[in-house]
Amino acid sequence: MAAPQRWLATDTAPLLSVQGLTRHYGARIGCADVGFDLYPGEVMGIVGESGSGKSTLLSCLAGHLQPDAGRITYDGRDILSLREGERRYLARTEWAYVHQNPRDGLRMCVSAGGNVGERLMAVGARHYGDIRAKATDWLGRVEIAADRIDDRPSAFSGGMQQRLQIARNLVTGPRLVFMDEPTGGLDVSVQARLLDLLRGLVRDLGLSVIIVTHDLAVVRLLADRLMVMKSGYVVEHGLTDQVLDDPQNAYTQLLVSSVLQV
Amino acid sequence: MTDPAYNFAYLDEQTKRMIRRAILKGIAVPGYQVPFASREMPMPYGWGTGGVQVTAACLVPEDRLKVIDQGADDTTNAVSIRKFFSRTAGVATTEATTDATLIQTRHRIPETPLHAGQILVYQVPIPEPLRFLEPRETETRKMHELEEYGLMHVKLYEDIARHGQIAISYAYPVKVEGRYVMDPSPIPKFDNPKLTNSPAIQLFGAGREQRIYALPPYTQVVSLDFDDHPFTASKAPHDCDLCGSPDSYLDEVITDDQGSRMYVCSDTDFCASRRSAGHKGRLWAPAPEEAL
Repeated sequence: MAAPQRWLATDTAPLLSVQGLTRHYGARIGCADVGFDLYPGEVMGIVGESGSGKSTLLSCLAGHLQPDAGRITYDGRDILSLREGERRYLARTEWAYVHQNPRDGLRMCVSAGGNVGERLMAVGARHYGDIRAKATDWLGRVEIAADRIDDRPSAFSGGMQQRLQIARNLVTGPRLVFMDEPTGGLDVSVQARLLDLLRGLVRDLGLSVIIVTHDLAVVRLLADRLMVMKSGYVVEHGLTDQVLDDPQNAYTQLLVSSVLQV
Repeated sequence: MTDPAYNFAYLDEQTKRMIRRAILKGIAVPGYQVPFASREMPMPYGWGTGGVQVTAACLVPEDRLKVIDQGADDTTNAVSIRKFFSRTAGVATTEATTDATLIQTRHRIPETPLHAGQILVYQVPIPEPLRFLEPRETETRKMHELEEYGLMHVKLYEDIARHGQIAISYAYPVKVEGRYVMDPSPIPKFDNPKLTNSPAIQLFGAGREQRIYALPPYTQVVSLDFDDHPFTASKAPHDCDLCGSPDSYLDEVITDDQGSRMYVCSDTDFCASRRSAGHKGRLWAPAPEEAL
């Protein structure tokens, strides 16, 4: 890892602090008693099988779902007691959410430039030339040719759509990014390129990231720290390499040994 | 004169009270869309059922009513609504903008400046300016509540990216008193500057969508734009061929199949009063019976 001491930094306050987060779906458990601290510049992976509560946890953190119990503190502020307007403002300035399916995160009937510019306009940008220049710059950073700026996302390939979604999310310079299976549904070569890009952006911009995935290779590449979930509970928590190389929990051992070797 | 089978101005008093409450709330919160229990009116949706209900709730026997459709006093929609109210309310009607106390309009603001004490009632087909960008009603309400209007500018951005300019020519979105983004009904953007700081009360009624909104007198109304692509009120670059007016909104009339066309004021009252004051346009000729 590039800066292994970051997760040990005790002099900085955590950017995101979660305690006892619980969400039920009726009698069933979505996620239960989840707690962790995320420090600035840190990438945390959440892995687990389908139905283990990863996405529920991410939705609760990003404010899409209301948790039944627990506390979420972002940058010293109690997120759950914020008013909706403040929370939504936070969500489009300091936070970003990358959906698994780019169609959920993009406006498919608006051009690529408009998609990237939307967050800028949502926070008050009113100069067309500036918005367009910034959109062009960001398309370049995610390796989309500048002459595609006026094409709609529906004319893009799946990998390009996903990169466009990332550009659209990062354009306002967020500090915390939530990613829900960002490489799901892409073929392996496109996945590799996207991961490479993501890793570069995360390092360059010093982003804090919570990334949910079932793909252990993705967290191995991106994440500093790893949380393993099963049936709504966190069963193991530690440095990525430590968890993957020396899994302690029986379920984690199963998960790690299930990875296909080519 | 009044048909005794109907209550004054067709609607029953309880309905009019309900509509007046919505109007008062709309005036108290300029640009906010107030829901109201729209009634079935004896005309199809799209013919001004919202405007007619607002007019009915505002009319008093002393009123002089003017009804215009695309600026004209003599088109089907205008004639039938004017007849409707002269039959059910017995109010006086007029075609002169300055004489009218209440003007119901479809898609235009009269060229003659309005004065204090007048009420302008707009017929609105779709009151939600964000509707074509965000189809969910729950979401658009939230966006109005939280003042999240960035999406409106995405629409303007798309226009400039695709057409090189903001291509909205009617129903151009406006921001009212720095708060609510409002659809000014499908008036041409040429009329947008007349919305702001008007001495008249402006009421908007959407019958099918069951919404009323309002601009009290002297309300600040700003058309949305970009700093480097400012709003411009546009019209056909011609003078009126009947009255010669260089600065009124024009209709293009195709006069034969050889490509001939003429441009005439869409506001018939404005055009006629200019002609009677002696102004002449390129193609003006006296009516045949006068020539005979």
